[in-house]
Amino acid sequence: MKITDLQSVLPAFQGIKSRAESQWRELRDGGKPVIMVGAATCGRAAGALEVLRAIKDELKKQRLDCPVVEVGCMGHCYAEPIVTISKPGYPPICYGYVNPVIAERLISEFILGDDPCLEFVLGALEENDLVPSFSDFPRAKFEKKVILKNCGHIDPEQVEHYIANGGYAALVKALQMQPEEIIDEVKSSGLRGRGGAGFPTGQKWEICRNAGGRPKYIICNGDEGDPGAFMDRAILESDPHSVLEGMIIAGYAIGARYGYIYVRAEYPLAVHRARLALRQAKKLNLLGKNILGSDFSFDIKLFQGSGAFVCGEETALIASLEGEPGIPHYRPPYPATNGLYGKPTLINNVKTLSSIRYIIQKGAEWFASVGTERSKGTAVFALAGKVVNTGLVEVPMGTTLRQVIFDVGSGIQGGKRFKAVQIGGPSGGCLPESALDLPIDFDSLTDAGAMMGSGGMIVLDEDDCMVEIARYFLEFTQRESCGKCTFCRLGTKQMLEVLDEITKGKGKIEDLDMLSWLAEDIKAGSFCGLGKTAPNPVLSTMSYFRDEYEAHIKEGRCPALMCRELIAYYIIPEKCERSCDACVGTCTVEAISANKKRIKVIDQEKCVKCGTCLDACPPQYNAVVKLSPPSQVPASK
Amino acid sequence: MVMTEEQARVRQQTKRILNRFGRRRGNLVPILQKVQGEIGYLPREAMLEIAEFLDMPEIDVYGVVTFYNQFRLNPPGKHSVRVCLGTACHMKGGYITLDAWKRRLGIDRGQTSPDREFDLDTVACVGCCVMAPVTVVDDKPQGKVAPTKVDGILLSFKLEKERQGEESR
Repeated sequence: MKITDLQSVLPAFQGIKSRAESQWRELRDGGKPVIMVGAATCGRAAGALEVLRAIKDELKKQRLDCPVVEVGCMGHCYAEPIVTISKPGYPPICYGYVNPVIAERLISEFILGDDPCLEFVLGALEENDLVPSFSDFPRAKFEKKVILKNCGHIDPEQVEHYIANGGYAALVKALQMQPEEIIDEVKSSGLRGRGGAGFPTGQKWEICRNAGGRPKYIICNGDEGDPGAFMDRAILESDPHSVLEGMIIAGYAIGARYGYIYVRAEYPLAVHRARLALRQAKKLNLLGKNILGSDFSFDIKLFQGSGAFVCGEETALIASLEGEPGIPHYRPPYPATNGLYGKPTLINNVKTLSSIRYIIQKGAEWFASVGTERSKGTAVFALAGKVVNTGLVEVPMGTTLRQVIFDVGSGIQGGKRFKAVQIGGPSGGCLPESALDLPIDFDSLTDAGAMMGSGGMIVLDEDDCMVEIARYFLEFTQRESCGKCTFCRLGTKQMLEVLDEITKGKGKIEDLDMLSWLAEDIKAGSFCGLGKTAPNPVLSTMSYFRDEYEAHIKEGRCPALMCRELIAYYIIPEKCERSCDACVGTCTVEAISANKKRIKVIDQEKCVKCGTCLDACPPQYNAVVKLSPPSQVPASK
Repeated sequence: MVMTEEQARVRQQTKRILNRFGRRRGNLVPILQKVQGEIGYLPREAMLEIAEFLDMPEIDVYGVVTFYNQFRLNPPGKHSVRVCLGTACHMKGGYITLDAWKRRLGIDRGQTSPDREFDLDTVACVGCCVMAPVTVVDDKPQGKVAPTKVDGILLSFKLEKERQGEESR
């Protein structure tokens, strides 16, 4: 392909860029306060849309005219709904845990009046003398936002916001480079695929570029099926154009004509925003025929995955795009040479593609200056579970697990004790406290028996049973196994049955050996990553938490008091308060009643062990306890 | 075989949707998604119509439909209840929430209540892990759904229905 010279591409983009910049300036420096509401899916689950409505109603009531912008996810998901107000004369201030009432106060007291309502402040976005800024937070020392930089700060439904913040400049630069130069740049950046396996991205691009066969395809793999991971969703919802830009550059570099964004149908908002972004890019000729007047033409379609975990595997993903059940094929040949409809196909993860623009714009050296020897750049994690600051985290590769959980995540909720961290979802493993000082990169996590995976990180505390979590993942992979390989189809079922028995206290000590050899057989006898890694959660918990397995088997006891068959709820008569009926009223199955002395008693036959009474019992009495094994409950008189 | 009125309507509706697609096998999943989006589920007649349109065996359409979790073969209820069973939700008691829904609605996952008011199912993960345990009710994710909140959500539907009943009277 002939490289377009500066004369055509740059002027075409200049017009777009200056329009976007003036629109952005008008918003930022228009003299009016700007209100930004975090309205990604997590914000919406916390009530962001109600907050948005309250803000608009209040503005109308007060006859105020200031722009209200829906933005994506800032990563501070624990404090959703989040509202950021930039008022002239003040630094941009971010408010957390906002509800409609607080929202009304922010309007009447801060926008109309001059009281910045310090009691609701989460932090300021810039350093200032008035309120502490996010950069003063202890976690700021460990975080480095690269691909999450725009998330929560721009309106993902306005392409102008993206362009005004440096968007599509990398595409313009790339269009003036030789495709080989781009591939060299990506190669020397050391970027490795963020989908989990960590294959060098530049090398994949090169194989695909050199492969014969036309047309070539690019697929953005947003089939984030790992339960407990939401990074790709957050990026597609908060900064969809960054993914598009990466795809277009990749398309130019490998000589592709068509692309697909493959997003899970369970992410309706991500689907909506990606689709909108495609329309906008097409309108500005950043997609379509002769992009920005160059010789390069490229089109992208959106495809919704229909809820099959195995479709995250690339050959299964291709099968589902072709209208087949998502069953993996043998590799090689790899999709890079024989992919969609048998043509060369490049498949990259959402995070991989959104890293591309920074590599092109700031250079491979800049990108490679962050990270470790063999894993470059940053890692994005979805931090969830029993950690205080749940949310999206981006840290340089090589940061330790301890720093992520205790410094960025501020440790365990409710002052409980850390037990394990589950990384990599159903393919990963549970790492105990002794592994916390491991640096996070592709190789060290695999060595420890876990896996980088796509980036889900679930923190577990003393109340979480390790046998139960292993059983949970096995139940998941067993259900999601496509059924092609016998070992994966039947072996996972066998393991699940054994684990089921153990969590019910019916396990035998020989079962542990059987689990180990079943695990080895499944790994050896399966075709794709799903089966090869399915036993990992069991193997890692058995090696680090064998005592818990033994307690279930030998004593019929669940040390974490989680397995329902092995626990019972009990009200300590001495602690129960005669005048309080909190548990009686809240019990969902009417299993609690008061005896003649007005002491509350649980009918163990009726009890479904939902734990509502434990939550309802006022802390000053603290009369409800969990006992394991259930035989510890004293016989009623 | 004589077609019932409903079957004829399903065929009509499916044909209308198919007009918007090309006859490519690669369009199968998007077609199924569109049909389910409009009809609410995938009736037998719709699958037959699609098989004919794409010139493929009916059994292959059925095979794809049953392979993917998204597709359903039963008519949905008026309100959809999707209990998230992702890792974070599970560890925070998603299975207890699911039990509470089952108990209150009197149905198992994958079923629709006899009065066709609610259908209950699970979802692998909706990516709102920080709000765990999550239940998606009518496409709106609800966070921190304990058994008592299940009762609260059901009560709000009941009140809404009563209010509508009064208004229509």
